[in-house]
Amino acid sequence: MAEWLSISDVKRKISKTSAEEVTAAYLETIAKSSINGYTCTYDGAIEMAKEADKGEGEGLLAGVPIAIKDNISTKGLSTTCSSKILEGYVPPYDAHVIERLKAEGAVILGKTNMDEFAMGTSTESSCYGVTLNPWDTERVPGGSSGGSAAVVAAGEAPISLGSDTGGSVRCPAAFCGVVGLKPTYGAVSRFGLISYANSLEQIGPMATCVEDIATVMDVIGGYDPRDSTSMDREMKYRDSLVDDVKALKIGVPEEYFGEGVDEGVEKAVMDAIGKYEEMGATWEKVSMPHTKYALAAYYTIAMSEASSNLARFDGTRYGPRYDGENWHVMASRTRAECFGKEVQRRVLLGTYALSAGYQDKYYLKALKVRTLVKQDFEKALSSVDVLMGPTMPMPAFKIGEKVEDPLSLYLSDVNTVPMNLSGVPCISVPCGLSDGLPVGLQIIGKQYDEATIMRAAYAFEQNTDHNKARPSEVI
Amino acid sequence: MITKDEVEHVGWLARIDIDDADAEDYAVKLSSVLDYFGQLDEVDTEGVEPTYHVADIMNVFREDVVTPSLDQEDVLANTASEKDGYIKAPRII
Repeated sequence: MAEWLSISDVKRKISKTSAEEVTAAYLETIAKSSINGYTCTYDGAIEMAKEADKGEGEGLLAGVPIAIKDNISTKGLSTTCSSKILEGYVPPYDAHVIERLKAEGAVILGKTNMDEFAMGTSTESSCYGVTLNPWDTERVPGGSSGGSAAVVAAGEAPISLGSDTGGSVRCPAAFCGVVGLKPTYGAVSRFGLISYANSLEQIGPMATCVEDIATVMDVIGGYDPRDSTSMDREMKYRDSLVDDVKALKIGVPEEYFGEGVDEGVEKAVMDAIGKYEEMGATWEKVSMPHTKYALAAYYTIAMSEASSNLARFDGTRYGPRYDGENWHVMASRTRAECFGKEVQRRVLLGTYALSAGYQDKYYLKALKVRTLVKQDFEKALSSVDVLMGPTMPMPAFKIGEKVEDPLSLYLSDVNTVPMNLSGVPCISVPCGLSDGLPVGLQIIGKQYDEATIMRAAYAFEQNTDHNKARPSEVI
Repeated sequence: MITKDEVEHVGWLARIDIDDADAEDYAVKLSSVLDYFGQLDEVDTEGVEPTYHVADIMNVFREDVVTPSLDQEDVLANTASEKDGYIKAPRII
């Protein structure tokens, strides 16, 4: 049986044994697993652990194993975005976050399964097959960082990295009962993250507790001149872990509890808000009038950016190549054979939205609606400190349930995409169960104010038992 | 409703070969999403400036200094076709 361990638990184990033994135990657990959370493990993991043992505990993550989403470039280790079009691709460089992790002594366990090119809410569009939710293996783990969440929930890694374009860290964190953070846009460098929708996405950590999220952020956050959107300001994440929410003002957007929100989810979230009241916080209803349009604006912008970002995958420089008499034929065949259906749909829709005659109708209009959504956040967060609501409107759904109807899958992202449009930070923490499945409480803050949402999440965790709930059967 | 011909044209623009059967399926699925996008028409955006990105950053410059690039051998290791230190591709024009 795999164990749920925090970073401090892992460090205690290392001090009694060694980083090498701890890493070997994780690799053994992964080898026995049947949830399909990893796309590959790293051959050099044991070597990294031995190096950490030689360093005798130096570094914030010395000897601590971590799982990495398969769209984050890792030198010498396969990185495929779970797509056939990058089959066999081994990056010649490390992403900024990987450089930082290595500098602090972390041990890379392997790459985690994901929706192809991070496009999805269920990890069903991976070329490696679906990852199973450790709470109920007939259900999806959420997406697109489903593998990263599932391996933490199953005790196959203490911490992991995902990426969040429209909720892709928070959704699987909620479905798998772990903690997941989407930082402020620009707080973590995207250098080395294979782009899907670059104005929306952020790399974010997943873990079993808020303290570990703060530790990983202290390692990966900060300025990087190689990413022109990287923010040049100092942030100390662990300093925000204070068990005190007295005088915290919470706003509860009524639009986040609309039609389609599961009764059990609503109850768990409202109970959590009640708990904050007991702890000395106050709450009031707020209105975010443009929430209704955020989803359409998000998908228009994301697909438009995807059509441009994915243009580089044509079989020339990396991945498989299908022959053709000229470049156009070669590229068109390669892309038709190697992109999955969901990726093709999004690239086609994005190309259509950007094509002559439609740019103003779709793309420009969506960018203007984005301004209004951003203003909703600015207005609401001028009178309260944080916003709270359900991360996902429902608990994890069954595998195959939504796969044939893309629109119904897109609709489940209604509570997570507005934050990506406006760049604000948000965290999902476990807040109870609905029909035996985890429910996520989403806490949203002002831009660059991770400190307040992490303090709120930490205080909740210290005063409740929700993060102690575990999947009953971890294989 | 987006037509099958339009799907094929967009496929050409996007460099994705689409066969007849797929074009029918895409026409139906893409239409339902485009209809959904159409609800943006309800929003009054008169006088609203577009938000291209949310970072409070403009005009990022750096010194024009030469820095090392990736090793040629490492870069070529990922291509399906290489010749004399170059990536070999079919003709473009």
